[in-house]
Amino acid sequence: MSSWKEGELTYADVTPKSVYLNRRQILKAMGIAGTVALGGKAISRLAFPPATANAGTKLNVAVKSPFSTSEKQNTFDDVTHYNNFYEFGTDKSDPSRNAGKFRTSPWTVSVEGAVKNRAKYTMDDLLKLVPLEERIYRHRCVEGWSIVVPWIGYSLNTLLKLAQPNDKAKYVAFESYYDRDQMPWGEHSGIDLPYVEGLRLDEAMHPLTLLCVGMYGESLPNQDGAPVRLVIPWKYGFKSIKSIVKIRFVEGEPRTTWNLYAPREYGFYSNVNPNVDHPRWSQATERRLGEFSRRKTLMFNGYGDQVASLYTGMDLKKYY
Amino acid sequence: MRKFFSQLLTSKWSKAFVFLACLTPLAYLGSRAYNGRLTANPVEYVQHFTGDWTLRYLLITLSITPLRKLLNLPDLIRFRRMLGLFAFTYVSLHFLTYLWPDQGFEFSGMIRDVAKRPFITVGFLGFVLLLPLALTSTTGWIRRLGGKRWQALHRLIYVIALCGVIHYYWLVKSDHRLPLLYAAILAALLLFRLVSSLLKPRPAVAASPAALR
Repeated sequence: MSSWKEGELTYADVTPKSVYLNRRQILKAMGIAGTVALGGKAISRLAFPPATANAGTKLNVAVKSPFSTSEKQNTFDDVTHYNNFYEFGTDKSDPSRNAGKFRTSPWTVSVEGAVKNRAKYTMDDLLKLVPLEERIYRHRCVEGWSIVVPWIGYSLNTLLKLAQPNDKAKYVAFESYYDRDQMPWGEHSGIDLPYVEGLRLDEAMHPLTLLCVGMYGESLPNQDGAPVRLVIPWKYGFKSIKSIVKIRFVEGEPRTTWNLYAPREYGFYSNVNPNVDHPRWSQATERRLGEFSRRKTLMFNGYGDQVASLYTGMDLKKYY
Repeated sequence: MRKFFSQLLTSKWSKAFVFLACLTPLAYLGSRAYNGRLTANPVEYVQHFTGDWTLRYLLITLSITPLRKLLNLPDLIRFRRMLGLFAFTYVSLHFLTYLWPDQGFEFSGMIRDVAKRPFITVGFLGFVLLLPLALTSTTGWIRRLGGKRWQALHRLIYVIALCGVIHYYWLVKSDHRLPLLYAAILAALLLFRLVSSLLKPRPAVAASPAALR
């Protein structure tokens, strides 16, 4: 490779050969291996031009999602300078200051556990799996603030289906990248790292659950969870795990970071629910960034029509 | 050297200087507001800013007595009332940023919060306890109450500072370094008083009306 200038390096350029082999397994799983894998890299590149996914790279968004809200979006500046990403510091302004040099390339996401097809995906693989969608979601933090963000990605179930989970797969566990050298602030965050999260299988398979690779037309900024994260719009923000490296299908309810830290305050489900308060503060209202007064918080953050049926018969005060 | 400091502290400009110095955080906040640099969540920023400075002024106020003794600069007492009143000013703004944007001046919602949320309960308690101290901060009130009773009342500042630190500790999610730092400073300041009162069992020098002139 001749050019190592920042911004020009592509995932295709740096992907190790072993991982490329893996990609072929994925394509095989998709049933299109014959058309692409044969010619190897050259044909693959013709079919899928290499996508650069360092933060700030323009992404081609082919689909506008019917799930999108028409509410006023927050500014890019707000969403990139007001972050909870404890690996880069606990103040909201820390991640934008500290995550700049975070190396997100090369990157692989390992899919494992109770599945037929275990695989490792490069970012290039993930970016080309299916056409990218823009989804404008409300995002509600457990702390009582909210934003509206045009995320980019596709339903997580696209990836999960490729893995073909077996009968033992009842939950999906997720793990974030953690490197003390790159994230020295994590030591003082008070929470155990690497960050782990989890969803029930049906929640993970729900079309609203977004595997997110970008926002505002670009790949994800480092402080917003580059290069790939979840966005689960009906749950409190901390469920939407950032900088994912591992996705594991499991039989039992996975351990989750904030639940481990304070089980009474942060439940496994953590659905947005104005009727169930955090022990220390009310969840009945929220402040939309950019607004002066607080507004009423909506059940399931306003996504009840889509997701309420997942929780039929469950006492949401008990399963908070 | 001490004479020089003493002269500096008792000069007629010193109070004006300290007063202006105490206003600089507010000026800084104003300039950030003017330049649109109150972050993506301005209400929260102002809440945290005024809360931080309330705690700082409480601790600075509480450090006057130890500093007077340790540095042998009794004239520092001239600034204590002003510093305490600045703590009250910042906590009033802090309370206002809660009552207005958060509660929309709805006292029913506020009372529910105060009753239900321990961190708000303890913060509100600190604010309420500070009110009589601010009201009786004048020389006239010291005379009316009498030095002894006035001093007893104003010992509430220990409880108030404790309320402030607990309020901060309880609202933080997981990184408790800063609240613990404030707690450690407060503990040191209170410990100084405990030790010095044990060593010299005589009334503290603090507040005769003359000293507060």
